[in-house]
Amino acid sequence: MSRAALLLLADGRFPAGGHAHSGGVEAAVAHKAVHDIETLEAFCRGRLHTTGLTTAGLAAATAAGCDPLMLDDAADARTPVPALRAVARRLGRQMMRAARATFPSAELDRLAAERPQGAHQPIVQGLAVRSAGLTPQEAASAAAYETVGGPATAAVRLLSLDPLDASRLLARLSTETDAVAAAAADAAARVATEGLDALPSASSPLLDITAEQHAAWTVRLFAS
Amino acid sequence: MSSASQLAESRAPFDPAAPAAGTEETCGHPNSVRATARIRATYNGRVTTLPQLRSDGPFHLRRMRTSGKAARVGIIGAMSAPLGGDRLALDITAEDRAELDVTTAAATLALRGPTTAPATYDVRLTAEEHARLRWLPQPLISAADSNLHQTYTVKLAASSRLLLREEQILGRANEKPGHLVSRIRVHHAGRPLLDQHTAYGDPAPGWDGPAILHGHRAVGQLLVVAPELDVRRAPVLLREGTKDGCAVLAPLAGGPALLATAVAPTPSALRELLDEALRHALGE
Amino acid sequence: MHLDHPVPMPHRHTYSAEPQRADGSPRAFRVGLGGPVGSGKTASVAALCRTLRDELSLAVVTNDIYTREDAEFLLREAVLPPERITAVETGACPHTAIRDDISANLEAVEHFDETLDPLDLVLIESGGDNLTATFSKGLVDMQIFVIDVSSGDDIPRKGGPGITTSDLLVVNKTDLAPHVGADLATMAADAKRQRGDLPVIFTSLTSDDGIREITDWVTGHLSQWRAKAAV
Repeated sequence: MSRAALLLLADGRFPAGGHAHSGGVEAAVAHKAVHDIETLEAFCRGRLHTTGLTTAGLAAATAAGCDPLMLDDAADARTPVPALRAVARRLGRQMMRAARATFPSAELDRLAAERPQGAHQPIVQGLAVRSAGLTPQEAASAAAYETVGGPATAAVRLLSLDPLDASRLLARLSTETDAVAAAAADAAARVATEGLDALPSASSPLLDITAEQHAAWTVRLFAS
Repeated sequence: MSSASQLAESRAPFDPAAPAAGTEETCGHPNSVRATARIRATYNGRVTTLPQLRSDGPFHLRRMRTSGKAARVGIIGAMSAPLGGDRLALDITAEDRAELDVTTAAATLALRGPTTAPATYDVRLTAEEHARLRWLPQPLISAADSNLHQTYTVKLAASSRLLLREEQILGRANEKPGHLVSRIRVHHAGRPLLDQHTAYGDPAPGWDGPAILHGHRAVGQLLVVAPELDVRRAPVLLREGTKDGCAVLAPLAGGPALLATAVAPTPSALRELLDEALRHALGE
Repeated sequence: MHLDHPVPMPHRHTYSAEPQRADGSPRAFRVGLGGPVGSGKTASVAALCRTLRDELSLAVVTNDIYTREDAEFLLREAVLPPERITAVETGACPHTAIRDDISANLEAVEHFDETLDPLDLVLIESGGDNLTATFSKGLVDMQIFVIDVSSGDDIPRKGGPGITTSDLLVVNKTDLAPHVGADLATMAADAKRQRGDLPVIFTSLTSDDGIREITDWVTGHLSQWRAKAAV
């Protein structure tokens, strides 16, 4: 149980490919839906309570020791568009590489062998957290934070926002981020008695639609 | 149905002194409705018959004329529902080889009831082997101050076919929407195919922001499941911008299924998008 | 059922630029090409492909600022078949993708190692960035830094990791030196002072055989690397 290990895994500089993804904010910027710090905050809040809650639940359940292959199917059912499934699996492969280098474990090796094309990223992240000896709650926190930290960083680059404003935004969202992580971890704890349906499946229609639109662009800065 | 009309009469008129938001109301109000309507369709070797057609509460079920071997059922609203505190369920099963179409005669309007406790509306759809089930209701409208939790629980056999359309309208004209939470879970051949949960209207966080609806007031889905569907196809994007509504039609991962997701400023724009998605899905 | 991924591929896994793939089979030699915008990185890649494609099995990974622009150029120029060119998206930070978080580039080169057999050489082109961008040793075996005389003859003197540590420094567009008032002798002396014994090639890629010296350098190091990997 190392606090520093959690900080390492949740750090945006952890070399697992996240820097090249905007979490949908590049598409939202193109549609003029996000254009300043207020609209960015609204975007991040919406993503936190949809994608964030769902991925945090999957990460927490994996960290709690649920079968990662069943959770990978559950992640597919919660990801209705191919563009986002492809991104999740590509980031899962990249996370797997970094996780096996930093916190090697037989469980990571097994998942890598069973899903050579990559498991969904939150599943790999949850297993990395588990390999580092951390808790489901901590897996949920890392996953939830990432769903807002990624778009906030990307928006700073896309809109030349003041990075201090972006950091302030993330600080403002921190209580909500904790609450989402706690709800996700609670749900993960119920999987043992209620099955995988206990896990959140919060979704957003616009994030799904615009992710496919973005994937079809020929010119873009971010991979998603 | 007499039971329905009795219940309708027993409804208390709207009472402005009813418990305000935040009042503890874990179970239904005395005036709330508990109703489960059931439709069971079977194939008799020639046509589809309806051995069970059980109206209940607000659901008045009517067999409709068809020319082919399919059976068709219209659901007619026998009272205003769902209101806060109601517990409504529809249980619809197409047994082996049966072909069943179910529609609603009018839009379903979720209103604030005598209580602010959520109403529940559970739709259970089951299609057994080689069965075909079409669920094409009119839209669900979330009126101001309503609070509705809707669930879809769909179980599909490997060789079954499904066409499901769901349209949600957030608020009547120039009205703030109520709180509308829905979850759809679809299993195909025993495996999870789709699991989605949405929450619109205050106090759902971020629902109207740029990541979720961005001002749109009509949102809907169209799910097509059929064993012969070619799901290797590329996603279809309907309208590139987002202002006048947009949609994507794309294959799901866990089975032979295509899902269209659409948002639009108006109900009619939403229907146009979903109709267009359906034409693409059927390969027209 | 995983319809997104109908064809399972063999598992492979690499932490850093080991000379073999995870299953012990040899992998391709990887050369990175970095340097400022407009210095001639893409022209170098195109010229290397044209001169080497008949004798070696090649592939190219580009790291564009805006996705695919350089990849599209290489495809248009038809220097290699499309399945041998891929673009990595860099999230507006091309130097991050080649230095700090190389996972997307590793995915790309390993995909080539798997799908193109045999494969001798992968060229990885960085997005036009700045003088500080270098490739991680976990990604490439050798790196070439490309600058040009028209951007100022003081660039070698200014230094920076690309100038001082790259395995090969290419000074391109020497034909423009008289027109932009660049002093090649000064550039050579500054480069020598910054780089010690590390090689520098002055060339003009628009001339007929402008790529020859670079090609020889690449093939020479490919042979050495192979000899070492075989031990």
